[in-house]
Amino acid sequence: MEPVLCVLITVLFSASFYLMLSTHIIRVLLGVALLSNGVNLLIFTAGRLLREVPPIIAEGQMVPTMATANPLPQALILTAIVISFSFFAFLLVLGFRAYQALGTDDVNEMRVAEPEREPEPPMGY
Amino acid sequence: MAGESHAVDLSHAMFTQPVAFADWLVIAPVVTTIIGGAICLMTRKQTTLQPWIGTFVMALLVAIDAALLARVMTDGPVTMVMGNWLPPFGIAFTVDAFGALMALVGAVVALTGSVYALVDVRTLSRRYGFYPLLMLLMTGVSGAFLTGDIFNLYVWFEVTLISSFGLLILGSSRPQLDGAVKYAFLNLIATTLFLVAVGYLYGVLGTLNMADIVRTVRELPDAAPIGTIAALFLLAFAMKAAAFPINFWLPASYHTPRIVVGAVFAGLLTKVGVYSLIRILVMLMPENRAVMADIIVWLAIGTMLSGVLGALAQNDIRRMLGYLVVSGIGSMLVGLALGTADAVGGALLYAVHSMLVMTALYYVAGIMRRTGGAFDLAGLGGLYGANPLLAGLFLVLGLAVSGLPPFSGFWPKVVLVEASLKAGQGLLAAAILLTGFLTTLAVGRVWLFAFWRGGPLGTPDGAEHLPTARVPHETRLAAYLPVFFLVALIVWLGVWPEPVFAVANQSALGMVDPGAYLDSVFGGSE
Repeated sequence: MEPVLCVLITVLFSASFYLMLSTHIIRVLLGVALLSNGVNLLIFTAGRLLREVPPIIAEGQMVPTMATANPLPQALILTAIVISFSFFAFLLVLGFRAYQALGTDDVNEMRVAEPEREPEPPMGY
Repeated sequence: MAGESHAVDLSHAMFTQPVAFADWLVIAPVVTTIIGGAICLMTRKQTTLQPWIGTFVMALLVAIDAALLARVMTDGPVTMVMGNWLPPFGIAFTVDAFGALMALVGAVVALTGSVYALVDVRTLSRRYGFYPLLMLLMTGVSGAFLTGDIFNLYVWFEVTLISSFGLLILGSSRPQLDGAVKYAFLNLIATTLFLVAVGYLYGVLGTLNMADIVRTVRELPDAAPIGTIAALFLLAFAMKAAAFPINFWLPASYHTPRIVVGAVFAGLLTKVGVYSLIRILVMLMPENRAVMADIIVWLAIGTMLSGVLGALAQNDIRRMLGYLVVSGIGSMLVGLALGTADAVGGALLYAVHSMLVMTALYYVAGIMRRTGGAFDLAGLGGLYGANPLLAGLFLVLGLAVSGLPPFSGFWPKVVLVEASLKAGQGLLAAAILLTGFLTTLAVGRVWLFAFWRGGPLGTPDGAEHLPTARVPHETRLAAYLPVFFLVALIVWLGVWPEPVFAVANQSALGMVDPGAYLDSVFGGSE
């Protein structure tokens, strides 16, 4: 199971890096979304995979007595999913507002904060 | 179900003693600021009430952090584990001298910010949530400084990040949206890279508790890919800290928001990156840091010089300050590059100094704008004639940021130069001194054009072109008070640095030899 997931993670990472190298905000945004999904799968795989063994402790026992799936990566991923989704939502709105206000979604043309022809600092007194 | 039942003695898994009352101090900074933020959110429309709540909570935070630092200095690191589970199973908050010192200085910066905001953040921005966002920013920053768990560090980073987005676009002017896009994307990618490193680390070590990582990394076989993980951490945090090749987001965004937001960012955010770099690379993975030391030396030199050269080329004072923040990060990276107790101590001193000075410089730039009507060197002039007090304050801060005595920048530079010479890194020492010289030039140029010159560009010298705009009388105190306070601290650090030296040295020793940290986390389990 691990090799399949590793290939999937590679594909997600490569696609996300390709998208993030674009100059258009919407593509970068999709790249960020893919990257966060790739990372979640990475944590999941790093926690060792076991099929169909839920970490349930039988009645009358204090600890699970057989190998069970590791619940910790799932807790970590849950946190990471919530965070990355909220950031995705925020960035989507931010990108849209920037598009509305600046009239472009090409980062090379967004030169309001750093104007292309900046006034030179005074050279002489 | 197969297998026989095990009788488990819970005393090996949990603290059976309730948490001592004094130990709640460890999470008090986080709890206080969250509650403060919630109260500020509830009083969203009482815009005259909010600043008082904000200032009160920040003052409380300073008091709590000071108490925490005092406790850590006398008793050594303190640990509190959530839910009474024994480490490494429970999520730990571990406070050592390093974390407590950074949290205290961060709280001081936030306190001055919430006072200065009386002038800078008017009714509408208060309604849009300046104070709640500032509180949540402090929640994230305090959490990052105090936590003892690497995944929690990631979560606190995200808390900091989302509140900083909110503060950055407060006002939604076009430059702000432009700056925020670059800031938001690059910082989010940096924290995602950090999460990648955390995922690998968990895969290799099976633990995320920092003290447990210190133990397990030592026992790893040589083949374990911990070097790759260390490099990923370096990349992610160097991006957060705005180190040289990946620092372009900082000068692109820090000059766009309100001046108080820029000041608080300059004081806090990049330093959280530096804190994490030192915590993880020096304390958790010292061997891998040593492998990468040569690269970090060049990172430090590149950061220092590119920052200060950028500062020399700017016309806008706020942009110049953004580059000076970058240049300061370079000096802190010197401590990381050398990794000895002396050098790390120097880097900590520099971090404290830089947090105070950069914040104060942003405030002064805001007052200069109110007095002279512009942020750019071409449009400012004659401020000395209009406001000699401001000129004096700027001179003190300029000398401090350049590292000249008798102000706070002098001692950390002395320590860092001495440490780099002792380590045989003459180039590094030369870079620190050259940076100091070029910073003096950059700051001196502002002094020359904005204060000394008779009026804006093109006007003849003389009293008739002096700027007439003034800070409105009723708000003047709120604008000057934070600057006076910070300048007093800077002078105090310059003339009597022994107390901070003691804290920084103890912190640095704790980084290089984390024995006390481990005892604090695992002491309860034996």
